[in-house]
Formats: sequence, C-alpha cells, structure tokens
Amino acid sequence: MNTGIPLYYFLILATIMFFVGVYGFLTRRNLITILMSVELILNSVNINFLAFNRYLFPHKLEGLFFSLFVIAVAASEAAVAIAIIINIYRRFTTINVEDVNVMKF
Amino acid sequence: MTSNQLMFILFSAVIIVFSILTVTSQKILRAAVYLLFVLVSTAGLYFMLNYQFLAAVQLTLYAGGIVVLIIFSILLTSHIDLKFESLGWKKSIFSALAVISGAILSIVTILDHKFSATTEAAKEIDMRLIGNSLLSVEKDGYVLPFEVISILLLAAMIAAIVIAKKGAPKKVESRTSKQ
Repeated sequence: MNTGIPLYYFLILATIMFFVGVYGFLTRRNLITILMSVELILNSVNINFLAFNRYLFPHKLEGLFFSLFVIAVAASEAAVAIAIIINIYRRFTTINVEDVNVMKF
Repeated sequence: MTSNQLMFILFSAVIIVFSILTVTSQKILRAAVYLLFVLVSTAGLYFMLNYQFLAAVQLTLYAGGIVVLIIFSILLTSHIDLKFESLGWKKSIFSALAVISGAILSIVTILDHKFSATTEAAKEIDMRLIGNSLLSVEKDGYVLPFEVISILLLAAMIAAIVIAKKGAPKKVESRTSKQ
C-alpha cells in the first residue's frame, strides 16, 4: 500500500499536536482544559503508533492493538478524572488549580 | 497532487489549527468543540491509513463518548459563557518558548533518522483477524492485555461511581455510629 505520503509527515504532524498539548498543559489553569490537553497528547501518540505500524511493519498488528489499549486507558482516565473534578467542584465550588490547594480538611 | 495528499493536507491543517485553538481559546465550551474537530479529523487520518476499525473506535469512543462527557462536566462546573482571564505574558511566552524548542528538537531528530521498512507483504486487516488475535493465547495473541484492560475498565467505572456519589462516606459513618 502506498498512499503517496511520506512517513515523516505523519510523525511531524503528531509532534506538533503533542507539543500543542504540552503547551495547553503548561498554561491552562482550569482542570477540564488540562484534561483536554492530555487527550490531545494521547491522540498524537496514537497517530504515531498507527503510522509506524502501517509504514514499517505492515504484516503485523502491534500498533493497532497498542493504540486500541491507549484509547481504552484514555477513556477510563477521562471518566475517573471527571468524577474527581466534579467532587472537587462540590467541595471548593471552583475547578481552578490555583485555588485548590488543600488535600484534606 | 493526488486526492490522498489533498486529504492529508486538509486533515493535518484542521488538526493543527483546531488543536492550537483548543489550548488557547478563552471560552471553555468552544475549546471542547474544537477538541471534537481535532478528534474527528484524527479518525479521518486513521481511515487514510486503512485502519477502519480503529477509526470507528475513535469516532464512537472519543468523539461520541469522551467529548460528550467533557461537555457535560463543563456544563456542571462552570457558567456557559465563562471567560478565562488571559494569563500573564511571561507565563505564555516562556511556555511557548519551551514548547517550540522541544518541537524543533523532536522534528530535527525525526528527520535525521532513517526508518527502514520490512519487505514482507502487507496483511489484509479485517474484523475477523482483529477479533481472533485479541483472544488468542498463541504468538501474536493479545489475550492478557485484553483481560487487563477489561478489569481496568470495570475498576474505572466503579471508581467513577464511588467518587462522584454525593457524600457517601459521611452517611455510612453516621449510620454505623448510631448503631
């Protein structure tokens, strides 16, 4: 299979997406937007796995299964994170990371 | 330029533009919708790479599940047209500098590396093959990670219910103390 697109294009796209996610992770203060940045990072890694699998090892399925498991982990992580965020909101009535600085009271 | 390349340019432009908008948008609900666009065009990239099953998983799970969950939690926790105060120029400039230098370093390293593909023939990936190798215990079988991920999903579901339940631990304590 030859799509006419070099592997490098996929890798550069995934790199840019990853670092945009890192930028969001560094600059955002709202917990939900931080979670969205993490989703961006996980997605860029999935693109990498699938591009490597298709271009370098097309007779195997490792990349496909790895990204399937990454998607499952991301889904459970999002569910637990949102439960925690809602619990934090109930106690502090804010989800700003700078205002939430007490672990137990 | 083939149609394939045109589609790739389209998808990658959508991904880059909307992922930047996701992390810079001042309105939180708009950021979630931009994230939805990014995830859908990622599914388009999977279709281009000929992984139809994973593209369908991406569409249903990410675009259908996680984004809806995020939007619901936004509506539960913040006012619908809440605007973030813009962060200080110092923080944004230093973060951008760190991120851009990291990106340049990674891209230079990637372009420097010569990838060598195998010469073996590509395998036709259909649903039967995926299902068989997910539950196979032989070589190239993935039954152990499959079982682990199923336990993880169950644990995450229970954990989400327990954490988000309203004031459960206190009630249990007061009941037991009364008895």
